Amino acid sequence: MLTIENLHAEIDDKGILNGIDLDVKAGEVHAIMGPNGSGKSTLSSVIAGNEDYEITQGSILFGGEDIHEMSPEERSHKGIFLSFQYPVEIPGVSVTNFIKTALNAQRKAAGEEDMPAAAMLKKIREKSSLLGIDSKFLSRSLNQGFSGGEKKRNEIFQMAMMEPKLAILDETDSGLDIDALKIVADGVNALKTPNNATIVITHYQRLLDYIIPDFVHVLYNGKIVKSGTKELAKELEAKGYDWIKKEVAG
Amino acid sequence: MEFKDKLLDTYIAFEEELGPKDSIQKLRSQALKTFENLGFPTKKLEAWKYTSLNSLLQNDYLLFPKSEKAVELNQIKHAFLYEIDTYKVVFIDGVHSPFLSDTTHDGLDVCLLSAALSKPKYKKLIDTYFGSVADTDESMTALNTTYAREGAYIYIPPSVVAEKPIEIIHLSTGDQGAVWLQPRNLIVVDTNAQVQIVERHQSLKEHPVVTNCVTEIFAHPEALVDYYKIQNDMDSASLIDNTYIAQDKNSHVSVHTFSFGGKITRNNLNFYQNGEHINSTLKGITLLQEKQHVDHYTLVHHAQPNCESHQDYKGIFSDRSVGVFNGKILVDKIAQKTNAFQQNNNIILDDKAKVNTKPQLEIFADDVRCSHGCTIGQLDQEALFYLRSRGIPKKEAKALMTYAFANNVLESVQIPTLKKKINKLIANKLGVNLGFDL
Ligand SMILES: Nc1ncnc2c1ncn2[C@@H]1O[C@H](COP(=O)(O)OP(=O)(O)O)[C@@H](O)[C@H]1O
Ligand SMILES: [Mg+2]
Repeated sequence: MLTIENLHAEIDDKGILNGIDLDVKAGEVHAIMGPNGSGKSTLSSVIAGNEDYEITQGSILFGGEDIHEMSPEERSHKGIFLSFQYPVEIPGVSVTNFIKTALNAQRKAAGEEDMPAAAMLKKIREKSSLLGIDSKFLSRSLNQGFSGGEKKRNEIFQMAMMEPKLAILDETDSGLDIDALKIVADGVNALKTPNNATIVITHYQRLLDYIIPDFVHVLYNGKIVKSGTKELAKELEAKGYDWIKKEVAG
Repeated sequence: MEFKDKLLDTYIAFEEELGPKDSIQKLRSQALKTFENLGFPTKKLEAWKYTSLNSLLQNDYLLFPKSEKAVELNQIKHAFLYEIDTYKVVFIDGVHSPFLSDTTHDGLDVCLLSAALSKPKYKKLIDTYFGSVADTDESMTALNTTYAREGAYIYIPPSVVAEKPIEIIHLSTGDQGAVWLQPRNLIVVDTNAQVQIVERHQSLKEHPVVTNCVTEIFAHPEALVDYYKIQNDMDSASLIDNTYIAQDKNSHVSVHTFSFGGKITRNNLNFYQNGEHINSTLKGITLLQEKQHVDHYTLVHHAQPNCESHQDYKGIFSDRSVGVFNGKILVDKIAQKTNAFQQNNNIILDDKAKVNTKPQLEIFADDVRCSHGCTIGQLDQEALFYLRSRGIPKKEAKALMTYAFANNVLESVQIPTLKKKINKLIANKLGVNLGFDL
């Protein structure tokens, strides 16, 4: 589904991704871990098409198609979804109106009519209840004054509504207490099908107790320095990142 | 002949036409002298540094257009809040249109200034209020006073709450070539009375029109006045607006100015606080394209202790449009415990657009809270990426962000129908259909 080869990316002439290889197939869950500043958010931004970063080498294929030149909205229409580490506040636009706009933009790109209001409402009800979101929340301005946890839950709600092929969850666990974490993880698991894939970016292995990854990668200094199964996450939890850093240095 | 000379020469005939019943003859001849001395403002004046009227003064304007032509209701419906019931004072090319108006004397006066200026029963009121807060040394105001003849006259008696909004609408048809209009509004809101007013100037087709408008508002103790200006005129229309507001103790007055178009728009908005515990609110959204030019020149004069003022102006500028904001806050020595807040935030969408913003604080009291801030920036790229990553195309994403940026000004609009209308205007300006009412 997603094939990244030898990906180099920079911002303001500063290299941040230094040769990433990653292959994600339908039905899989990949976890990407790594210390702060190692390039995890940059990688997810680059996959989603953030134009601030310049790709200097390598390729990104999605569904066999080179997406290098595609705008963020085109990538979204193709089925890529990024749950942001820091979701942006949009005052005056309600959660409901925002997701309607997003969903209808997606349908328009696919040559479909706007979703009928009743169907939209039904879908919103269904997906919001999956994530324990009440209707009062849906009429609030997008992300404005939301707690960290509310923001993350709202990101997953949007994901549930948009039903992406590839979901990238950038530190969706940070700021969540254990109950919220479980709700979010249950939501993500409920949306899993053999046809979609998930990349879970996290700092801690805690989330991986609930969203079980097929593969775990360690990102350090813009490179994947180690890959393994979920046992690797446990090892990192126990030993920290220092041994990886030493391994890379040595 | 220069346009200024024409204005001076026309006066004698105008005075004769009005005859002896005119209540403000003295004010007029004084104002004429002032205008003769000062002439039109030029960029040499500090207050007009960024706005030149030169391009407007090339035409030979008709000063007293006749309005005989009937206007189709459908053609102008968009200029009204037609979805709700309102009082209306409507002028076509400066002349009152009884057909489009809905005036009243039932419990409150919503009628014509021409009547108030000539009928003896209004004489006392006119003597008390007319010209008493307007700046007699300001040349455009003086010019307006010289020729003031028509406009809205509104009087809300003590403790009366106007049960529906009042619309003051000035239409210009463009059927008579270049016109120069000088509407004059007088609004007196007595003790503990309340009113909502919407003012709009609208051309019906592209033609050179300059409106030099003066509005005086008197808010008596405990009065509540909520005033909205919609400035969304055609590209060939210009507006010089002078609004003067005198507030007594415990009164609340707010003025929202929505500047979405026109050639040159200059808003001189002046608040004078003459009692304690006064609240003055000045808010605005300026959303410009092409070569449109809007200059906001605000003054809040805190002359008594324990008062507040809140200013919040948002500007969004595309193409080669120009925005100016000059916000003067004057706090007298006795005006202790003043709380004055001023904010002017601007977004520039194109390199060629320009913004000049300047706070001007003159504070002579020592125990005051004054805060001010101005910013000029671009749309937040991270936020734009967020919206686009949700599949929302760039243009729509920009529109949503623009809307979000201006939202806190819209939030305080108290007439829901008006708020909807302004949302629509914004969406139209931005050229988007977001699938929901903004
Ligand atoms: N917009 C940017 N401008 C400059 N440096 C950036 C920018 N984004 C990220 N970086 C740098 O790139 C590195 C990786 O950042 P990031 O991808 O956020 O790491 P992580 O998500 O793993 O914590 C850091 O050193 C960070 O300072
Ligand atoms: Mg990060």
